Amino acid sequence: MKLNIDRLRGLLVGDEGSGRVVPPTGFTAWLTLFAAGAMAFLAVFALALSLATSRLADRWGDALARSSTLRISAPEGQISAQTEAALKVLQTTPGIATARALTSGEQRALLEPWFGPDLPVESLPIPQLIEIIEEDSGYDGAGLRLRLAAEVPGAVLDDHTRWRAPLVRAASRLRLLGWVSLILIGGTVAAMITLAANAALAANAQVIGVLRLVGARDRYIAQAFVRRFTLRGLSGAAVGTVLGCFAVAFLPRSDAAGGFLTGLGFHGWHWLLPATIPLLSGAVAYIATRTAAQRTLRDMP
Amino acid sequence: MIELENVAYSYGGGELLSDISLRLQPGSFHFLTGPSGAGKTTLLKLLYGALLPTAGHVTLFDRDVRELSRDDIALARRRIGVVHQDCQFLNHLSVSENIALPLLVSDRDMLVEDANLRELTGWVGLSQRANALPPQLSGGERQRAALARAIIMSPDVILADEPTGNVDWEMSQRLMRLLIELNRMGKTIMIATHDLALIRAAKSQVQARVLRISNRRLQLAGADL
Repeated sequence: MKLNIDRLRGLLVGDEGSGRVVPPTGFTAWLTLFAAGAMAFLAVFALALSLATSRLADRWGDALARSSTLRISAPEGQISAQTEAALKVLQTTPGIATARALTSGEQRALLEPWFGPDLPVESLPIPQLIEIIEEDSGYDGAGLRLRLAAEVPGAVLDDHTRWRAPLVRAASRLRLLGWVSLILIGGTVAAMITLAANAALAANAQVIGVLRLVGARDRYIAQAFVRRFTLRGLSGAAVGTVLGCFAVAFLPRSDAAGGFLTGLGFHGWHWLLPATIPLLSGAVAYIATRTAAQRTLRDMP
Repeated sequence: MIELENVAYSYGGGELLSDISLRLQPGSFHFLTGPSGAGKTTLLKLLYGALLPTAGHVTLFDRDVRELSRDDIALARRRIGVVHQDCQFLNHLSVSENIALPLLVSDRDMLVEDANLRELTGWVGLSQRANALPPQLSGGERQRAALARAIIMSPDVILADEPTGNVDWEMSQRLMRLLIELNRMGKTIMIATHDLALIRAAKSQVQARVLRISNRRLQLAGADL
């Protein structure tokens, strides 16, 4: 444990000597900073996508699973009677917590996005909707359908299963896509930093030869490169993450009519999660550079 | 200290050195001579573990070089000072930083070593050039700086590859005097050179063994030297 703490201290505080013996490497420095920054910016969006789709899947999966809708389509004079009969059936059905008929105002609000605000609901043959909220134990759907068929012939029970399942599946796929994107971004950072580190090591072959000549151990030589690339990975990703968070923060806010894309962002403590991106980028840079340095040094006399 | 036993070294399908046996005794002084391409530099590289023999055994400080890890070889090199003809400096560091490089990579306390560094820089006559960059030095100054870097760790052995190759006669004599002085301090010295006049001049000042590489083999040089 002490060794790890010493290594971490050496990495962050650094050894002035080992840092100085390797000359500055212009293009690889900018390449690493830019790659880490750009990938962190994208990682913020991938993370936001994953979290947003998680919330969406939870909402569709849990909240809607506890509700059903009863639709009553009947000739104009029978709507009220069938609604009354349906409510009676529902109130005596085990597993149903509440059941209530939507008001004409609520039905108009549901249709408003398609037909506008001035729809004369009362004069149109629109079915009456009854919202059913289940208890935790749920109800017997098949039994309820049989009772409704006998007592309320115009009633159709919709327990949302048919349209909820593909939505939950789609949300889960999107969440998976977000995590896969994060893994690919991490892999791309590793690849870019490995390329940059290899270029820096190749460009400094003469320097490494001199250091070996005067008795430098591989660990000392590698440390100079590892520290440099780790700090670049860390700082580039920090800038990219901050910019990504600003961009996410200024996305349109979630609202009822906006669909799930306007809900892309972080809620509450989720805003802390992007802070892990620079740390992960630094860790990826550390591992990638260390591996590249060890491999290169092993092949040198 | 350092010993080669029936060593051979092949490169690119051809044998460059064959059946070489050599023992560097503490405090001894050796010249290694031979025509260009004879294998002088290769032999020196075998002596400090930069190359592994294709046959035979190289012993560095009582351990076979093949048994040494990379870290062990690095530690052994701290006991062997090497001076190259092209000096091999880090051009972005100052002369004094280049001289101090072996201390730096050995994690020595630079504050403690600062006085030694100044003294050594003065001994090789580079006090006024300590802050210059290597490309700003003359050939002689570069060789003296390389010698200073080779001896700053107070190594047991100093290997010099054509140390006077790029300097005039007066400067080569000055460098030789420094190397002879180090030998009188007890250091083991081996100098690879094709400059026979330099060897003849040095032999009047130090008891040196002159070895020649001829036809891939090592032999004692004749009485003409």
